[in-house]
Amino acid sequence: MANALIALDHVTRTFQVKRQTIKAVDDLSLAINAGEIVCLVGESGCGKTTTGKMIAGVLPVSSGEILFRGEEISNLRGDAHKKFRLGVQMIHQDPYASLNPVRTVFDTIAAPLRHHHYTQTETATRKRVRELLELVDLTPPDDLLDKYPHQLSGGQRQRVSIARALTVNPAFIVADEAVSMVDVSIRISLLNTLSKLKTAMGLSVLFITHDLALAKYFAWEGRIGVMYLGRLVEIAPSRQLVEHPQHPYTQVLLSAIPEANPDVTRKKSRIELRSMDVPSLMRLPSGCAFHPRCPQFIGEICERVRPELTQANGARVACHLVEEKVTRGA
Amino acid sequence: MNSVLSVQNLSIEYSARRGRVQAIRNVSFDVQRGEALALIGESGSGKTTLGLGVVQLLPASAQITQGAITYRRDHNGAGAIEIDVLGLRGNGLREFRWKECAMVFQSALNALNPVLRIADQFADTAKAHGYLHGNALRERARHLLTLVRLDPERVWKSFPHELSGGMRQRVLIALSLLLEPQLLILDEPTTALDILTQRNIMDVLKELRGKLDFSLMFISHDLSLAAELADRVATVYAGKVVEVGDVKTIFKSPAHPYSIGLILAVPTITGTHENLSSIPGSPPDLIDLPSGCKFHPRCPLADHRCTRDEPELEDVSPGHRVACWNWRSAK
Repeated sequence: MANALIALDHVTRTFQVKRQTIKAVDDLSLAINAGEIVCLVGESGCGKTTTGKMIAGVLPVSSGEILFRGEEISNLRGDAHKKFRLGVQMIHQDPYASLNPVRTVFDTIAAPLRHHHYTQTETATRKRVRELLELVDLTPPDDLLDKYPHQLSGGQRQRVSIARALTVNPAFIVADEAVSMVDVSIRISLLNTLSKLKTAMGLSVLFITHDLALAKYFAWEGRIGVMYLGRLVEIAPSRQLVEHPQHPYTQVLLSAIPEANPDVTRKKSRIELRSMDVPSLMRLPSGCAFHPRCPQFIGEICERVRPELTQANGARVACHLVEEKVTRGA
Repeated sequence: MNSVLSVQNLSIEYSARRGRVQAIRNVSFDVQRGEALALIGESGSGKTTLGLGVVQLLPASAQITQGAITYRRDHNGAGAIEIDVLGLRGNGLREFRWKECAMVFQSALNALNPVLRIADQFADTAKAHGYLHGNALRERARHLLTLVRLDPERVWKSFPHELSGGMRQRVLIALSLLLEPQLLILDEPTTALDILTQRNIMDVLKELRGKLDFSLMFISHDLSLAAELADRVATVYAGKVVEVGDVKTIFKSPAHPYSIGLILAVPTITGTHENLSSIPGSPPDLIDLPSGCKFHPRCPLADHRCTRDEPELEDVSPGHRVACWNWRSAK
């Protein structure tokens, strides 16, 4: 954990809703190394976006610590704080809303370069903007420099926001549903660009998505973490998580996803939930929050005791059943 | 011919400030009785316009420039009555909508009246169409709610805001079936819902098809939904059906380069990730369409003819049609 680029240590974030406190993220610990890809997946309201925002420093934690290169981010001041803010950049979901409509592509990308003195002269700025556009596969760059966002397609816009995030040479990128608003036919090429950048620049990426198949593709060499109602319930190397899921929630999710192949999808074995009702964060079930729906509910312990993440076959899983199996096996 | 709906040479345009948006261009297809047809395409391909065109709910800026839509009402198996949908006005149109052909809209989560209880939403619909009332209506509604896996006791007196997104979507599906339509159109029925809720909606739709007698036409950008639910699939690109065939053919041996590209562009949980690739370029601007085949700027097989002439649907095998000059080399 000491060598991690970003480390979350028992991070909790609460919000006040109708004079009640809800935990959007509850006791989350996670370390991400330099050059690593981690995907966070989960359904809406599971806390994945809140986690991303806290890591990017745009939302303070309620308790716990987030460390950037070993230093607690809320204690950072002056230059150290600036280094953190530049070091962690965000790519947002909606490329139609995240670009200033009255700025050309050149202006959008040149602004941070000038502001942070990455380039000293106008010639150098132009050169760097061109380089960045080529880096995100917007070629030839000269065709795009003077265009406004409304003249670009969704995919091109998202590439411009990636180029903008790269202007300040970040070490860590938080990409929140970064391809979900882009046309299906061009999502893969956008992800490939991100992967290429990750390799070329040694970037770490936290990729937040609701689409497990996409997460598996993007984090092929990395890890996937599954969140449910504010808690991380399982985290494992991607292929392992998809092929041998251990948490009952992960298993249910994987069995529920339809596949773009009629033979496979119609023969897929389904795991039925005990209940279709998603509990509200305002009235979380006791013990394991998944117990009212869990198909593998084992009784009182699930209702009473909240399971903690434990090592299980190379993954970390928060489930009493898995814990029991591990203890029995040992 | 035993189709419940035939669309022939339909073209729909919108007038916009920049020019004419050619949302649907010379489209023909049938929905067979009892089948589920999926219209698959990316955003801006015109597929929603097609759905709205069938129920005659296009906005004022839209204009049907050519074509015909024929609906065939089945009379207890004793022959069918043909209805010219585009010719319907006033009462005839009111009777056609919902009683013959119902549509569940994309923004389903906002489609219920927020100040009416679910019971009143059913009563309103029944009253407007001179359908059942009182206890008979209640029984029918409860039956439908049970079929979509809702607890009628809980839902009946609820307001829409008291229900989750998935529950509202199921209420709408139940409501759409209230007047026993023979054709149900669903526009993006699972978009914006969580995975487990999507699964639930898909299972509900499958069950309904087994228990009730209706045909389904659904519109989606989600290939896996089509793989799961459809009997036949039509791929829509730039306002045109470019390929149509039964679901297995379309997924296993697609003939149009766009269908092929689309299938390769979607990662799956079980599949390997090596063969995935995007289609180069982006979907065209419907105001300023390319010449010839509208897919040619993105197509790996495009040649001189593709830039000049637009191909029409032709038979690849029985029931499998494709609009591509070079489909023989695509397969």
